[in-house]
Amino acid sequence: MQVDATPSLLRLPDGPIAKKQPNEPFYAIWNLLESVADPEIPVVNLREMGILRVVRQTATGLEVVITPTYSGCPAMSQMEDDVVNALSQAGVAARVLTQIAPAWSTDWMTAEGREKLRAYGIAPPHPSGCGTAAANVIQFASKKVAADATMTVLCPQCGSENTTETSHFGSTACKALYRCLSCLEPFDYFKPY
Amino acid sequence: MAAYFQDYLLHLADNAVILGQRNAQWCGHGPVIEEDLALANNSLDLIGQARLLYQHVATVRKDGKTSEDLLAYFRDVPDFKNYTLLELPHSTALTPTSSGDRDYAVTIGRNFLYSALMVLVWDALKSSADAQLAAIASKSLKETQYHLRHARDWLVRLGDGTDESHARMQAAINHLMPYTQEFFTPSVMETAVVKTGMGVDNRTLQADWNTLVDEALVQATLKRPAAGGFVTTGKTGIHSEHLGFVLAEMQSLARAHPEAVW
Repeated sequence: MQVDATPSLLRLPDGPIAKKQPNEPFYAIWNLLESVADPEIPVVNLREMGILRVVRQTATGLEVVITPTYSGCPAMSQMEDDVVNALSQAGVAARVLTQIAPAWSTDWMTAEGREKLRAYGIAPPHPSGCGTAAANVIQFASKKVAADATMTVLCPQCGSENTTETSHFGSTACKALYRCLSCLEPFDYFKPY
Repeated sequence: MAAYFQDYLLHLADNAVILGQRNAQWCGHGPVIEEDLALANNSLDLIGQARLLYQHVATVRKDGKTSEDLLAYFRDVPDFKNYTLLELPHSTALTPTSSGDRDYAVTIGRNFLYSALMVLVWDALKSSADAQLAAIASKSLKETQYHLRHARDWLVRLGDGTDESHARMQAAINHLMPYTQEFFTPSVMETAVVKTGMGVDNRTLQADWNTLVDEALVQATLKRPAAGGFVTTGKTGIHSEHLGFVLAEMQSLARAHPEAVW
């Protein structure tokens, strides 16, 4: 993983990135990258996940900037390879830069990406609000907060609000395990980050 | 001054890598499968944080040969600057009823005490004068909040659980608390980086840490033990007898096959 040591030099866009239109810069490149899926959640692509941030021309060639989800996400080098491969198959040479600031947030997922997650059986994340202040942590732990309506996780199978957390950590760092008490199906919840 | 900043980055990185290695020892041995996964995920985050910090040291050093692997695998015990708390084993029998060589209460207690500190440290380091450290802090804060939530929930569940789980959680906290004195005892390296605005003085976080700890212990029906006695010195490179065993396990593959790739 190559990490930019001077994050202040490159300002990344904040928020979700909409699908590019043909009149926009680097449309052909963005369009090619639409086919690059998240290695662990293959129903969404890197743009929909908010991982793909910038395509730009530099003095040394075309550069694609991505940002890691979690610091230790083991799929990052796979994503770099997938981006390079997708472009080289179309005869485009590019280098991939991984930049960590500003930090990725689940708020950067597109609405389309969230719907795809839900259809795939993963409850999409609530607005994050996390990472703002350490004070948030105190609220985190109380079971009473979990019962708060704003924290309710809807079952992606039957839509029921009657769900319960089985474990804070699921099959990957970005997900928690939940169980629906109505249809009794277990499911993953993509944690707000 | 630059050397102190590198030492500070190594201190933060070594904390993460050593606790990551310790927690990974539960992989395949968790008390329930959800906890097995939780600890593996916790390790993954910590090792990810350590990588970012080691890479930053390599960038700052600019000697063309320092790499994250060199820093993690080819330094020895006196070079590591982690808190002594983090290198301790998952412990032996602390109560008459515990058996085996791993006590989950110790794992939970340590993760709780350390995560409660680190949410405050990372939050403060978001405004570090060093832009890359500030970036790493913003990212690490989000992950550490989850670690704290996980550890705190189990602390309460075990403390306010059965007589047995209560006794073992209390014994674990009694065992671990003295090591937290090291968090708030400044070293030369920390004092230097606080002056440059790159690091944080942990003593300014101590009141908030006490609040986090006290509230959780009350909810867990546990008593807060006095944290007196010897103040450990891991962050200055003087460690307990346990770190050598952690490093032997962690570094043996890289040292047997230097620069191997797959």
